[in-house]
Amino acid sequence: MERETLRHMLRDMLLSRAFEERAAEEYTKGNIVGFLHLYPGEEAVAAGVINAVGPSDYIVSNYREHAHALVRGTPAREVMAELFGRTTGMSKGMGGSMHMFDRERRFMGGYAIVGQTCPIATGIAYAVAMRGLPEVVVCFMGDGAINQGTFHESLNMAGLWRLPVLFVCENNHYAIGTEIHRHSAVPEVFKRVAAYNISAEKIDGMDVLKVYNATKQALDRIRRGGGPQFIECETYRYRGHSMADPGTTRPAVELKGFQADDPLTVAAREFEFRYPTADELAAVGPDNITLFADHLIGGEHLAEAEVEQLRSEVAGVVDDAVAFALQSAQPTMDAAWGHLNGNSRHETLM
Amino acid sequence: MSQELLYWQALNRAMDHEMAADESVFTLGEDVGLYGGSYRVTEGLYAKYGEWRVRDTPISENGFTGLGVGAALVGTRPVVEIMTINFMLLALDSIVNGAAKIPFMSGGQFKMPLVVRVPGGIARQLAAQHAQRLEHTLMNVPGLRIAVPSTPQDAYWQLRQAIASDDPIILLEHEVLYFTKGQVDFAAEAPPMHRAAVRRAGRDLTIISYSRHAVLAQDAANELAKEGIEAEVIDLRSLRPIDWETCVKSVEKTHRVLVVEEDCRFAGAGAEIAATLTERCFYSLDAPIQRLAGLDMPTPFNGPLEAATIPQIPDIVAAARALHRAGQETKAA
Repeated sequence: MERETLRHMLRDMLLSRAFEERAAEEYTKGNIVGFLHLYPGEEAVAAGVINAVGPSDYIVSNYREHAHALVRGTPAREVMAELFGRTTGMSKGMGGSMHMFDRERRFMGGYAIVGQTCPIATGIAYAVAMRGLPEVVVCFMGDGAINQGTFHESLNMAGLWRLPVLFVCENNHYAIGTEIHRHSAVPEVFKRVAAYNISAEKIDGMDVLKVYNATKQALDRIRRGGGPQFIECETYRYRGHSMADPGTTRPAVELKGFQADDPLTVAAREFEFRYPTADELAAVGPDNITLFADHLIGGEHLAEAEVEQLRSEVAGVVDDAVAFALQSAQPTMDAAWGHLNGNSRHETLM
Repeated sequence: MSQELLYWQALNRAMDHEMAADESVFTLGEDVGLYGGSYRVTEGLYAKYGEWRVRDTPISENGFTGLGVGAALVGTRPVVEIMTINFMLLALDSIVNGAAKIPFMSGGQFKMPLVVRVPGGIARQLAAQHAQRLEHTLMNVPGLRIAVPSTPQDAYWQLRQAIASDDPIILLEHEVLYFTKGQVDFAAEAPPMHRAAVRRAGRDLTIISYSRHAVLAQDAANELAKEGIEAEVIDLRSLRPIDWETCVKSVEKTHRVLVVEEDCRFAGAGAEIAATLTERCFYSLDAPIQRLAGLDMPTPFNGPLEAATIPQIPDIVAAARALHRAGQETKAA
């Protein structure tokens, strides 16, 4: 793989992490309000998948999509401004954290109804196939989505009509607060896909190179007419489901990874209804970014100084994004009405 | 270029004309293809346009309606047929959370040229799960537009207009109207999709209705005329938006309003119409606005009981007569 691609993927992951940590901070300050579902821990999936797709392919994402948009290339300023609800945000302040759209980059939205990405991505793929175009649609979902009817209905239609869609399940093991063993009769997601004549594989979603390579291969199969493909990326989110969920339903010992810790301290933490601090999060292992950075340094693809330089660069990008969002204007009610009625303006309704 | 057609045939012609004119138009739904559509609306299209543009779907209403939403995002113009409005309840997520919201919550980046065609209403003894009207469920959703054609001509016009529009449009078709006849003029210029039609002019009271009951209201008005009561009949043709101007103009002339609907009375379309016209025309009214609506119960299977749950022509005549009298008494007092 090109050194530049590797560097770029590491930068995407660092930016995603720094962006989300800052978003959490701005949320606690009250600058961001509403539901905020953060991505730390899962960066290898966004970076691996989205760097493998082409500019004419489509991305359909769910409500944990800030990093997907960042990796797709939406400027951090526009993503942050949307979290702040400002007119300069990617959805002009109308969508917020869970509804980010970037038409120019074929980023077809963030959807907050679990499982809704499946029929929408399938529909885009239907239009692509009907027109005989070479494009592919990437459909993100979490493991929580796999028990929705829309998941099964969409996979059935995509499999039946051999539609060019790549389903990517970000399996972070939790449907909000319910662990996969408690929400799925068959907890191996990829096995359930076999019922729809779609080839599926499970990969280590903490390893960005594996995600990237698996995506490339799946896209090749789709473009060669192999029909829809499914990748289950096993990953883990370090935080709770959203900022409204401190994540206390998950065992602290699990969040703490394999850290040696005093069991009494761990037990005490079970009762702490608060977010882990940045230091505590940094101590969680194995971390996908650290693994990748170590790999790049160990393999002499990047010097340690370059990694540090990337860290400070993305910190600057995030600072700039927050400053931009803070000084951006609030949207007007006129603008809101315009977005509702904009499509019918050229028609005489009555 | 006028021709007598059944309502379903008018819809079929509209589909054919739009599909011939624009390759991005396609239709999908249960049995729309090989089978030709439950009410024959897509008859012949599968042979003419092929399986990609006339797509038989599995029985997955939310899934294939959501597929239509996705396809509309990239500039195709899907016409989704949901076999009956009762099954549309399964697709409300795609319609309400998807089609109605995406143009808005994307900050206007995306259009939603989606049409959802839905047969509904009370037909004959189909029982509670196949005989309901859910217009009130959709009327309350900003972002949707709802057309309710009552004649073959309107069915032809409004389906073509819906396909041409970049907004998500629900076309509520009535199962009893599919086999009613009417003249369809293909060349005539269509009125705007949401403009109401004054079907009959009158001076004594205004009957406001839509869909099948707009037809029944005209029959009732003819009966009333024999007693010397001249009712003006407004066919709304659209439930979102509603053409208030046409209604207000009529109320200012007649001073009495009877709203007739097949849907249940409680929190139905008639409630919205009565409330808004009361706000706008209170000082023009000689009597309180009356609603004649379906009973607030699931539709019974039994034939006579089923008929008793929805307004019939004699009910409309009686209600209009009473309202006319009530107006006179108010004046006399």
